[in-house]
Amino acid sequence: MGAMIEIDRLNVSFGDGSQAMRVVDDVSFRVAKGECFGIVGESGSGKSTILRTIMGLNSNFTGRIVIDGQPFETRRAREQYRHIQMVFQDPYSALHPRRTVDWSINEPLLIQGYPDRDRLVVEMLESVGLSPALRYRFPHQLSGGQRQRVAIARAIILNPAVLLLDEPTSALDLSVQAEVLNLLDGLRRAFGLTYVFVSHELAVVAHMCDRLAVMKQGVVVEILSAEQLRRGDAAQEYTRELIAASLPYRREALAG
Amino acid sequence: MSSTPARTEQAELPLLDVRNLFVDFRTTTGTVGALRDVSFTLGRERLGIVGESGSGKSTVGRTLLRIHGKNGIVRARRLQFAGRDLLGLPEREMREIRGRRMTMVMQDPRYCLNPVLKVGNQLAEACRAHSTMGKAEAWQKAVDMLDIVQIRNPARVAEYYPHELSGGMGQRVMIAMMLIPNPDLLIADEPTSALDVTVQRQILHLLDRLVAQRRMSLVFISHDLNLVSGFCDRILIMYRGRIVESCAADQLHAARHPYTRGLLDCAPSMDRKVDRLNVLVRDPAWEQ
Repeated sequence: MGAMIEIDRLNVSFGDGSQAMRVVDDVSFRVAKGECFGIVGESGSGKSTILRTIMGLNSNFTGRIVIDGQPFETRRAREQYRHIQMVFQDPYSALHPRRTVDWSINEPLLIQGYPDRDRLVVEMLESVGLSPALRYRFPHQLSGGQRQRVAIARAIILNPAVLLLDEPTSALDLSVQAEVLNLLDGLRRAFGLTYVFVSHELAVVAHMCDRLAVMKQGVVVEILSAEQLRRGDAAQEYTRELIAASLPYRREALAG
Repeated sequence: MSSTPARTEQAELPLLDVRNLFVDFRTTTGTVGALRDVSFTLGRERLGIVGESGSGKSTVGRTLLRIHGKNGIVRARRLQFAGRDLLGLPEREMREIRGRRMTMVMQDPRYCLNPVLKVGNQLAEACRAHSTMGKAEAWQKAVDMLDIVQIRNPARVAEYYPHELSGGMGQRVMIAMMLIPNPDLLIADEPTSALDVTVQRQILHLLDRLVAQRRMSLVFISHDLNLVSGFCDRILIMYRGRIVESCAADQLHAARHPYTRGLLDCAPSMDRKVDRLNVLVRDPAWEQ
């Protein structure tokens, strides 16, 4: 049925023996090709760990990760890494501080042995809305929004099938967030990408995603559509709590 | 409360009176104007200051407490707190105000608490700094304050070190510490931005209740327009060091300035589905 991502009974633990801490507990979900799937939850709920595990940054997991029909194990071929790319929350720490924008975007091409890298970098800068004048700048010379655009450019330059987004706009100002979200939305349509979008902000996920999973302490509490989220039509108490916390703040009755 | 009569006498005079405040920071690459011609007054109310990063909202709070850093140059036609001129005040007298009559809660409790001292000792120190309390009495007061900020089992938490606290508990401890001297003015600089949404709500309700009970004035600094409009009485909107608009909090939806309107429009909303988010188009004229 055209599932791009199939996650089946994923378990991730950190630590050994009695110290072991299960941070992702029996998580299963599917994401269709071209879909944007959201994961929401509070800190420590395991949402970022799921992304890192899909990405291949955690080796201590059990369960199945299937991308585009291919099982992804702990050891992966170089070609498999190309299929999945990730954008992190903080563009300050995600880019090498002493390398130029050009180097950051070029490196994945070099590793994967692409020809004609110069042209690809120039085209990619344009696709993410960065001026060619910024090509030889260093990260500290860019604004937060520009840095996140560089991180996005680096992630999609290899033509991946799946883009994993870990709170990509949480460190940005509201006006910059709108620009980056619009960019991500446009890129998904233009390149036919499949997104997994992690965020703690329900309004952002409701805007970006078709469906979303609500996580609490490593467990997927429920999976619902963005439409259900908007209507407040949630089956689980915890989801309703999260929705209530995202509504405008109301003052309590004041004592004088 | 014993200090209430003295406070009602002052009710006529604004607690804060700021006129034409300029703050410049001298850096190796030149002078940066952080605040440009900021004027406002504050009575017994809750004032929200909203803006994006770099707008100068935190500099306002820091300048009021005179903790703005040595490279900052402050000029103002008037900068008064309860009728006293903050600019000319000697440091010794400033200490009578800072931490006693005017206190501040910052964004991240992890950086505000001393990592090698027990929470109870840090709170007791705050008590003893502002009174002649004995050690045992101050410790007891510390435990009582933890109870007031709704920490379960306060006697035990007083024995904790800061790394043993969760983010929400840490922020409760900071609020407790700032309320010990029963200040006239509490400055809260993004007090809930580092916390999870459900914890955010608990901290906001706590602040809400304590500020109302103690009849404190509050300056609430935040980047979140909607949060501030629900929490405060009045809002100042800042852009690049200037106040571009000031309005009653419940009139935010009727805001006039294009920057305020733009900010309100570019936030994704739970209620309505849009295809593309509106993008803020900045006008250089806003800086004039």
